[in-house]
Amino acid sequence: MPLELKNLYDNFRDGETIKAYAKMIAEDAAKLDRTINIMEVCGGHTHTIMKFGLPQLMPKNINFIHGPGCPVCIMPKERVDHAYVLAMQEDVILVTLGDMIKVPGSNGSLQDARSKGADVRFVYSPMECLKIAEENPDKKVIFFAIGFETTTPMTAVLIDQTIKQNVPNLFFHINHVTVPEVMQELIDSRDEHVDSYNNKIDAFLGPSHVSVISGSRIYEPFPVDYKRPVVVSGFEPVDVMQGISMIVKQFVENRCELEIQYTRVVTEEGNLNAQALIEKYFEKVDLFKWRGLGNVPRSGLKLRDEYAHLDAEVIYKDVLPIAEIEDHKLCICGDILRGMAKPPECTIFGTACKPTSPLGSCMVSSEGACAAYYKYGNLL
Amino acid sequence: MCLSIPSKVVRVAEDQTMCTVDTMGVQRDANLMMMADDEVKVGDYVLLHIGFVMNKIDEDEALASIETYREILELMDEDERKQAILEDDECPRRGL
Repeated sequence: MPLELKNLYDNFRDGETIKAYAKMIAEDAAKLDRTINIMEVCGGHTHTIMKFGLPQLMPKNINFIHGPGCPVCIMPKERVDHAYVLAMQEDVILVTLGDMIKVPGSNGSLQDARSKGADVRFVYSPMECLKIAEENPDKKVIFFAIGFETTTPMTAVLIDQTIKQNVPNLFFHINHVTVPEVMQELIDSRDEHVDSYNNKIDAFLGPSHVSVISGSRIYEPFPVDYKRPVVVSGFEPVDVMQGISMIVKQFVENRCELEIQYTRVVTEEGNLNAQALIEKYFEKVDLFKWRGLGNVPRSGLKLRDEYAHLDAEVIYKDVLPIAEIEDHKLCICGDILRGMAKPPECTIFGTACKPTSPLGSCMVSSEGACAAYYKYGNLL
Repeated sequence: MCLSIPSKVVRVAEDQTMCTVDTMGVQRDANLMMMADDEVKVGDYVLLHIGFVMNKIDEDEALASIETYREILELMDEDERKQAILEDDECPRRGL
């Protein structure tokens, strides 16, 4: 019986399935006369790839490039400084998600602010902000909202509830960013420094949880306008291997398409109710600065003007710093986020820059490429 | 580990704001406010992420992947397995 994707999926056995995919990818890649560079956009994929040693299972002409998909990694110091200043306000409780509290800004991280007496809290779910606001009526609770399309609707739900429940002391600092715009930027950039590298992105492994909300359709321009195949994939090693296999098959068969590997949850249209909530409360900003990448047009969101009374950036505009800040000179997070370099190529990787003393955000965040290479370094 | 284990809805609150889901024997509450009214019913399979129901999952696909997860989870030691199930919907690997 021929080896079919569907058969493998039905008879899903972890290790054996991964090996079977590796064999199939190698057989297909042998039919290609060039190297295929596949950018996994999401840091979650990077960690799966490193944790399970998937590069070691790839033939020589299939290369992983790590992309910019870590909302903590891409947060520029200017925005971290905003969070720091807000946290240091006397009557403020600053709340955020993920590893955001560890990211160093110009004056230190939110963790440092906390050690100086600021009330900084980490939550798993944005909805916990409602309880914090209720329990602290004499404080202003500011949710420092981060994340891609995956978490944006959760912030929208929280805003919706803040308004419906008439919560008087909950405010928002919005740092939500969008995936397709930065993918376009990576391809579109044509300055001298990056041109040759941009051409090296041959295909994208799309993050599935983004598409659970926004649908696979957000990637439609890439195969059509940019001639880059996209396969939307889940995060298990088997998902990633199947996604890679689907991409390689497209090259073998001379196809350039948008495909979904993660069919169990991703649809073309996504979660329409969540999309409507996002549309209700947010609009695109003209430019959002990404750490290491600079300003990317229309890649970030802000609260619509009619909700300015909830917007901490508006309310606290007199105290929030506006100066542009350079990245650390030795840190090459920018090149890594562009897929131009891999973490071990950085001179301070694993020496001056470690998870315990990170200089760059790719090492700070558990989703970061440097953190993945450091943690699973024995697989290098 | 980020498994995205499908969860089965076992209870929906009257006001449709919350539900209780069962993830391979572990029960917890999840927020339903990202979903349209009446979209999620008892018996549906859903995907959770940081406490929210993100979307519904096709039942056949869900049952097939649960079998897979069972096999993966059996390869883990007991502590790792329990942690994997409880923290799966908060898994940062999926991205924020």
